[in-house]
Amino acid sequence: METAQAPLGSDVARDRHTRSPGEETTARLIYFSSASNNTHRFVLKLGLPDEEAARLPLRTKDETLRATEPFVLVLPTYGAAGGRGSVPKQVIRFLNVESNRALLRGVIGAGNTNFFDSYCIAGDIVARKCGVPHLYRFELMGTAEDVSVVQKGLEEFWTQQ
Amino acid sequence: MAKTSTILDHVEAINWNRLQDEKDVEVWNRLVNNFWLPEKVPLSNDVQSWSTLTEQEKTLTMRVFTGLTLLDTIQGTVGAVALIPHALTQHEEAVYTNISFMESVHAKSYSSIFSTLCSTQEIDDAFRWSRENENLQRKAQIVMDYYHGDDGLKKRVASTILESFLFYSGFYLPMHWSSHAKLTNTADIIRLIIRDEAVHGYYIGYKYQRALEQETPERRQELKDYTFELLFELYENEVQYTHDLYDGVGLSEDVKKFLHYNANKALMNLGYEAMFPKDVTDVNPAILSALSPNADENHDFFSGSGSSYVIGKAVETEDEDWDF
Repeated sequence: METAQAPLGSDVARDRHTRSPGEETTARLIYFSSASNNTHRFVLKLGLPDEEAARLPLRTKDETLRATEPFVLVLPTYGAAGGRGSVPKQVIRFLNVESNRALLRGVIGAGNTNFFDSYCIAGDIVARKCGVPHLYRFELMGTAEDVSVVQKGLEEFWTQQ
Repeated sequence: MAKTSTILDHVEAINWNRLQDEKDVEVWNRLVNNFWLPEKVPLSNDVQSWSTLTEQEKTLTMRVFTGLTLLDTIQGTVGAVALIPHALTQHEEAVYTNISFMESVHAKSYSSIFSTLCSTQEIDDAFRWSRENENLQRKAQIVMDYYHGDDGLKKRVASTILESFLFYSGFYLPMHWSSHAKLTNTADIIRLIIRDEAVHGYYIGYKYQRALEQETPERRQELKDYTFELLFELYENEVQYTHDLYDGVGLSEDVKKFLHYNANKALMNLGYEAMFPKDVTDVNPAILSALSPNADENHDFFSGSGSSYVIGKAVETEDEDWDF
């Protein structure tokens, strides 16, 4: 219950992992979270040092980030049935940079099972297009269980790289 | 914007080309794209399947659907409308009118199901049961009381809990039938409703959090305490309601897990941590799979049973591939 509730009230937590548009990043975890901050809250709960996770710019018109180390992407699913428009535009912009794509090692999807067969479909789409595994799925901002599975899973994943 | 009246005193022409919150147009578009009507679903294909249910199962199904009809009616006629005077932006007001209308579509779709499957007498009996069931009426009354108050934040909490929690004792049953290959067209309608309620709960919960940002730490704490108290009050009532409905078919314990799972999601929509621990939210896999065929945890790499990870090689892709 620690980090995730108050934090959005405080500027520290709100701005944590935020990068300037166009910045280069060595972060091993790169993520998109909309103004709802659901995915942001999940990443906060992972308790990573500020430099080890980077949040993609919120606005589509902002220049995207440039990854310089292999990373895992966390992304929520948007849009309607059938998967069209499910991948957030800011994520498309980021992955359209070839060097970013080349460093992508896996994806973690956020979503809501209420969306039937579109649950976490953005993660499936990116994983398929980039030939990387869809490592995990969680709902909304994730439960304590999700956090511990992902912490442990990522640790093992990077050991095996 | 007026904070206490139940109807706005003054309205300006809405300009969708000047947004204060991008989320308003994003959710508006999503709701519009998700629009549906029950007439598009071939409910009559369920007539054969309906005849395979026992009398007890038929009665249960009709009672569940009249209960859901009541909640959708409240949300369409009172709940979403009651949020309008408290909206942070004009575009938020417009989104509530969309939500309000869609709830009325949901309420009407249960009548489509009834008229396809049941006799007028059976329908009337089921509606009478819903008027006389204490726990259903209490659930409606608790929520209605908050909708009549003048605290916009508390209304949002009550509304999010209704959208994300109170429906699920009912939604369980069509998912159960669907997992037994029964009433599958009816289940398709319910899934459309479930999808809509997710967007509604997400949006109202998001607006709650935005409004909360303007409050003092003391008031935030008060609202957090209020949220958990209200959820607990409604949860206790929901457990009784679940026993009223499902004891006869022996499904109450299974339904309760689904309640816990969805109570956690309601809290998350409001920006709070999940409350129910993993060992009481382990929803029956058949129900989860009827809800979302991709939710199976074997899908996930990290959930694999100790086998070493197969590391994918980054494949060369062309930029033309990236037209999602």
